Amino acid sequence: MTPAPNAKAAPRLSDTLPASTVTKWLRDMMLIREFELRTMAAYQQAKIGGFCHVYIGQEATAVGTIAAVNHDDPVITAYRDHGHALARGMSSRACMAEMYGKTTGCAKGKGGSMHMFDKPNHLYGGHGIVGAQTGLGVGLAFASRYEWEVLNKGSKKVCLCYLGDGALNQGVFHESLNLAGLYDAPVIYIVENNGYSMGTSIERGTTMAHDLSVKAAAYGIDFIEIDGMDVCTIYDRFKPFADDLRERQRPGFVDLKTYRYQGHSMSDPQKYRTKEEVADWQQRDSIDRLAHLLLHRSDEPRAAAIAPSPWHGSLSEDAYKQMQKEIREEVRDAIDFAEKSDSPDPAAELYTDVYANPQPNLSPLREYHHGAKNPLL
Amino acid sequence: MANLTLVQAINLALAQEMELDDRVILLGEDVGKNGGVFRVTEGLQARFGESRVIDSPLAESGIIGTAIGMAMAGLRPIPEIQFEGFLGPAYDQITNHAARYRTRSRGSVTIPLTIRVPVGGGIHAPELHSDSPEAIYAHTPGLKVVMPSSPYDAKGLLISAIRDPDPVIYFEPKRIYRAFREEVPEDEYTIPIGEAKVVEEGTDLTLISWGATVLQCVEAMDKLPDDLSVELIDLRTIYPIDIDRITESVKKTGRCVVACEAPKTASMAAEIATIIQEHCFLHLRAPVQRVCGFDTVMPYYKLELDYLPDASKIGEAVMQCATY
Repeated sequence: MTPAPNAKAAPRLSDTLPASTVTKWLRDMMLIREFELRTMAAYQQAKIGGFCHVYIGQEATAVGTIAAVNHDDPVITAYRDHGHALARGMSSRACMAEMYGKTTGCAKGKGGSMHMFDKPNHLYGGHGIVGAQTGLGVGLAFASRYEWEVLNKGSKKVCLCYLGDGALNQGVFHESLNLAGLYDAPVIYIVENNGYSMGTSIERGTTMAHDLSVKAAAYGIDFIEIDGMDVCTIYDRFKPFADDLRERQRPGFVDLKTYRYQGHSMSDPQKYRTKEEVADWQQRDSIDRLAHLLLHRSDEPRAAAIAPSPWHGSLSEDAYKQMQKEIREEVRDAIDFAEKSDSPDPAAELYTDVYANPQPNLSPLREYHHGAKNPLL
Repeated sequence: MANLTLVQAINLALAQEMELDDRVILLGEDVGKNGGVFRVTEGLQARFGESRVIDSPLAESGIIGTAIGMAMAGLRPIPEIQFEGFLGPAYDQITNHAARYRTRSRGSVTIPLTIRVPVGGGIHAPELHSDSPEAIYAHTPGLKVVMPSSPYDAKGLLISAIRDPDPVIYFEPKRIYRAFREEVPEDEYTIPIGEAKVVEEGTDLTLISWGATVLQCVEAMDKLPDDLSVELIDLRTIYPIDIDRITESVKKTGRCVVACEAPKTASMAAEIATIIQEHCFLHLRAPVQRVCGFDTVMPYYKLELDYLPDASKIGEAVMQCATY
C-alpha cells in the first residue's frame, strides 16, 4: 500500500534524541576526520613511524555503534583503530602522541598506530594481525557474562568486536563464530565492510559477498545489514539489535556497508578502483549528511527529502563554524603536544613491561657498548 | 601427604586453585566430560560445573584467542592444548598476542594465562604428538615457559603459573605422566618460576636437563664410576632461565653436559652452552657437550628410541667431557 502523500512516518529512534546528543555525533565524526587528515600529513612528514591506516570515510560506523552501547561494554578492533579510540573517549593528545611514539601516548608510545589501548574507556586495543581479535572478542564477552552470571557482579554486557571485510576469510574468525554461538557469548561482530581487503575487492576474495547473512546463519547467529554511511541509520538499527543481544546474551553479526576514501595504508597505489567510484561514495558522506540535517539548509534537496525531526535545523551556521574551529584547534594542539612530548628513554624503557617483574637473562643495554659488564674485558 | 603421579599432582593443583579462586576456569578439547585426552582434568567438570570446566570444539586458535580475551577481562583461564604439535594453529594467538599485550599496552592490559600442553616423546606416538618445541616459546619475549619433571614440582610450578600475572606455557612431559609416584603435600605450595633445582650435588661435572630427560640423567648417573661426582640440575623453568644456578655450578665443576629431547640446533641446550661461555669461560676445562634430539622431524615409533637421549648416550657424553 502506498502511504498517503502527507502521512508522517513513525519517528526514527535517533529523531527522539536530544539535539545535543546528535550534535555530539557530528562533532565526533568531524574530529575523527580532522584528526586523520592531520595524521596523514604528519606521517608524510615522517613524524609518525610504523604503518598507518586512516579511517576517513568510515567515521559513522564507530561513532554510531559505540553511541548505542554502554561505556563499560568492552570494545576491541583491528588496526584501523584511531576512530574507535576517539569515539570511545580517548583524548586526541594521547592518540596522536602514541603514533609519534612518545611517552605521553595511550600506551606510552609502545603500541603505535595499530595498537590503541585505553582500559579506562574499555578499549582492548587495535590488532595488527587480520582477524586475530575475533577470538579475543569471544573471551571478553564470555568473561563479562561469567562476571554477571557466575560471580554475581555487574550487569549484562555486550562486547563490540570490529573487523574489516578482509577478516571474513581468516580461519580464526570462523572458529570464533562457532565458539560464540556455542557458548552464548554476547559478542557482536561488526564488519566494517568497506568493500576492499587491502587491494582486493570483496567480490574477488569472499564467497557470498552479496549476502553475508549466510555466514552468520551457518553458525546460528543473528544478523543485520546496515547502511554504514549514515550515523542515524546505524544508531536506529544497531541500538535495538544490541539491546536484544544484551538481554538474550547471544552473539550477533553486523554487515556495515561503508567506504574508505583513502588507500588501505599510506603507501597504496589504489589501482583496484577508480576515482569516480571514490567520488560516488563521497557524495554520500556521513558527515555532510548529518551536518545538512542539523543545519537544515533548505536549499539542500537531500535534507528536504527526509521527514523533519525536532533536532533538524537546531545547529546555527555560526555554531557549526565555531565547532569546526574548535576541532581544528584541538587537533593542532594534539600535534603540538605529541611533538613536544618526550621520547622514551631506551635504558629505562626497553625492558619495561615485557613481564610483570624484570627478568634476569637480559642483554645489557648501555654497559654492553662500553664493555663495562663484559667479563672478558 | 599423598603418593601421587604427575597427572594426579596436576589434577590436585587445578582443583585446589579452582577452589580458592572462582576466576580460574579450564577450557579445551574434551577437558570436561572425558577429563582430557590424558585424563589430567578428570572429575573437575563434575565438581566445578560446566561453566568453569568447558569442553571446546577442535579449534586451537579459537581456544587460545578466547582464553586471551578472558584473561584481558580479569579471569584466569587455563586452556589445555592436547599435544604440543597442536600449538601450531594457536601459534599466532600465543606469540603475536598473548605474549605482547603487557608491552603493547604499556602494562595496562595483562594476560594471566596458563596454557597446559603435554610435551615430548617416549609414548610411541607420531610426530606432532612427540615434539619438544620449548625453545620456540622461550625465544618469545613476554612468555614464561616451565616443564616439571616430578609430581612435587608439577604441583608447585602449576600453582605459581596460575597465579603469575603473565602468560605461562606449562609443558607436561607426557612420558612420565604415570611413570612414578612421589610424596606430594596436600597443602598448597608454590615453586618459584625461574628457579632451577639441584637434584644431586657434585663436584666434577655439571649435568643439566629438564622434563622427562632428567630421569634418563638419573639413570645414567647410576652407571657412572663411583669416583666421578656429577651435579645434576633440573632446569624446571625453561624461561626465565636460572643463570645463577647454572653458572655457580659450572664455575665449581668446570665441565658441563646438557641433555634434552629437542633438536640440537638452536635448542635451549645451545642457549645454556652460550650462557656458560659468557659467564664461565675461564673456569671451563672442557667444551660444553650437548646430548639432544637430532635435527630432523621426530621419527615414528620404531626409531623413536634412537632419536631420544637415553642413559647410555648421556653417560657416554659425561665420560667424554669428564676425561677431555
